[in-house]
Amino acid sequence: MKGLSKDRLWSVAVLLPSVVLIAVFVYGFIARSVYVSLTDWGNDPAQALALDPVIRFIGLANYQDLFTGFLQGRFRQELVSTVFFTAFFILGCLGLGLGLALILDRNPRGEGLWRTIFLFPMSLSFIVTGTIWRWMLQPGGGVNQAPTLFGAPPSTFPWLSSTEAIWKFDWNRLPLLTASVVAAVLIVVAVRALRAGDRRRTLVAALCAALLLGWALLVAPNLKLLPAPELHGFNLALIGIIIAAVWQMSGYTMALYLAGLRGIPEELREAAKVDGAGDLGMYRHVIFPLLAPISLSAMIVLGHISLKIFDLVYAMSGPDNINTSVPALNMYLTSFRQNQFALGAAIGTILLILVAFVIVPYLASQFRGEEGHA
Amino acid sequence: MTTTLPTHTAPAAAPRKPLRPGRVAMYALLVLAALFFLVPVYLLFATALKSPDAIAEATTWHWPSVLNWGSFRDAWAKIGGNMLNSVFLAVVATLLSAVLGSLNGYALSKWKFRGANTLFALMLFGMFIPYQAVLIPLFQFIKSLGLYGSIWGLILAHVVYGLPITTLIFRNFYADVPDALIEAATIDGAGFWQIYGKVIFPISIPGFVVVIIWQFTQVWNEFLFAATLTNTSSQPVTYALSQLAGGQAVSWNLPMAGAILAALPTLLVYILLGRYFVRGLLAGSVKG
Repeated sequence: MKGLSKDRLWSVAVLLPSVVLIAVFVYGFIARSVYVSLTDWGNDPAQALALDPVIRFIGLANYQDLFTGFLQGRFRQELVSTVFFTAFFILGCLGLGLGLALILDRNPRGEGLWRTIFLFPMSLSFIVTGTIWRWMLQPGGGVNQAPTLFGAPPSTFPWLSSTEAIWKFDWNRLPLLTASVVAAVLIVVAVRALRAGDRRRTLVAALCAALLLGWALLVAPNLKLLPAPELHGFNLALIGIIIAAVWQMSGYTMALYLAGLRGIPEELREAAKVDGAGDLGMYRHVIFPLLAPISLSAMIVLGHISLKIFDLVYAMSGPDNINTSVPALNMYLTSFRQNQFALGAAIGTILLILVAFVIVPYLASQFRGEEGHA
Repeated sequence: MTTTLPTHTAPAAAPRKPLRPGRVAMYALLVLAALFFLVPVYLLFATALKSPDAIAEATTWHWPSVLNWGSFRDAWAKIGGNMLNSVFLAVVATLLSAVLGSLNGYALSKWKFRGANTLFALMLFGMFIPYQAVLIPLFQFIKSLGLYGSIWGLILAHVVYGLPITTLIFRNFYADVPDALIEAATIDGAGFWQIYGKVIFPISIPGFVVVIIWQFTQVWNEFLFAATLTNTSSQPVTYALSQLAGGQAVSWNLPMAGAILAALPTLLVYILLGRYFVRGLLAGSVKG
């Protein structure tokens, strides 16, 4: 068995450099970033770029500043923007992608050509896409001039530059809103557990929901994050960026759904037909349920892309447009333009936490099952 | 990650039936969708081919009466050097990460050890993190190596953060290679490297094609590292294009021609090798 152990040694030796690199570049750097975010590095501009800057540990002050500081309203708006952006981006990509895949699944002529057309934006960079769409969405040109092709007056919608926001809420109500949303989710979990007959889970979920609701109703209204009301909502200037992002990424969901549809065995469709399912019934009861896991994967991948997106925004509305900015862009500007490294690291860490909420359960569920087989 | 699933054939209606209303609606929808995807391309070329004084917002949609190919020459003069930076960066980073990914995938799928999957999951997490969460230490590290402003710093970053996806693709690719093949080679006395050289590597070509296409596209299109780790002499084309398009005084034919130039390499790869591109795409999201 000597030979075997030597081979094992080789396999470890081959993996080792990559493991060390990932350990340092991913986990080491994350730890370092979190540490930096707890200091005051760069809060004093004179010290930021000093060769040997004086850096003090200041705990969570940077985070407190971001969420409640008077000057950080831009960041709070960005957090809200990113949530709206993600929601509409995912909805757009899933809807358009599924629609296109369902059509292509009906075997139109020239299927390869259609697929090529729908997928090509995927091969472009967000910078290229952003440059093209920036021109398309010029206030006086492009899309706004399109009605003149049909003899109508040009539209005047201020794409990318609108300062109007809808669905505004006061930042002071954030604790209440968050608690209510989480409680609502927990109630759904409880109801589903009850239906599944899982008593313990029902009880735990219901209890947590009740606690949260109680907190939301009794404590949260008295919390004041900011001295004055601060309104944040969905900025209409984001619509153009969302359209461009959907243009670029919906081919991806189409490819996913198409692979899924092609993977459904023909016998299953036949069987459903024999059982008397019409076209609609077949989609509702056979095909869509089979596509559900694909939707979930797509949501996770698109969600993490969307939380990180910043090059598209940078290319479309420039780095300094507050109305369309997102946290990922703010992090870059704060750290590398204003040299406020600690604050930038704090924004980066918040982004990481947001992404981890999406990714960690996904990775865990994917590999928990597999480890058993191995 | 099979994408070449049998396309179930249309009902065997050999003589083409007259178009039913359903089919007409289907084609109408397809054309509508294709317009959404292609109209930006039309405007891109229409603008790139106009001379600067022919560009006006009111005539955005008009095809230029005189084609001005000079836009491409002018755009090349501004971003040509950055294109060459990008070529060097993308080729070197892609080859390095493909080789490393292949070896990792081989070790992880054919020499499984306890905890291999956990290790792999920990590696994969690196694929999803927002790079903003590591950017400041990365910047410091590259700087301390003396690689800030050099293309090699950028290559290092791309190779390291490319490891998860290249390892994932190769691991899934090698998972389809029967273990019996490895066992037979072991009995014949072949070791770790002989098996890689004689059994695994020769059948890896499709895996390499997928990984190379995927990494090339990713590295070519990347922007955040490009903006953070480079300076004027080493900036890749994405950054140069963003500067070209961001300026206010520039007339729009230039950024449009620049966008076409910057898009060309990955677009060509996609058009020529689309099948493999899609495979990489699906591998990036769905575990095999």
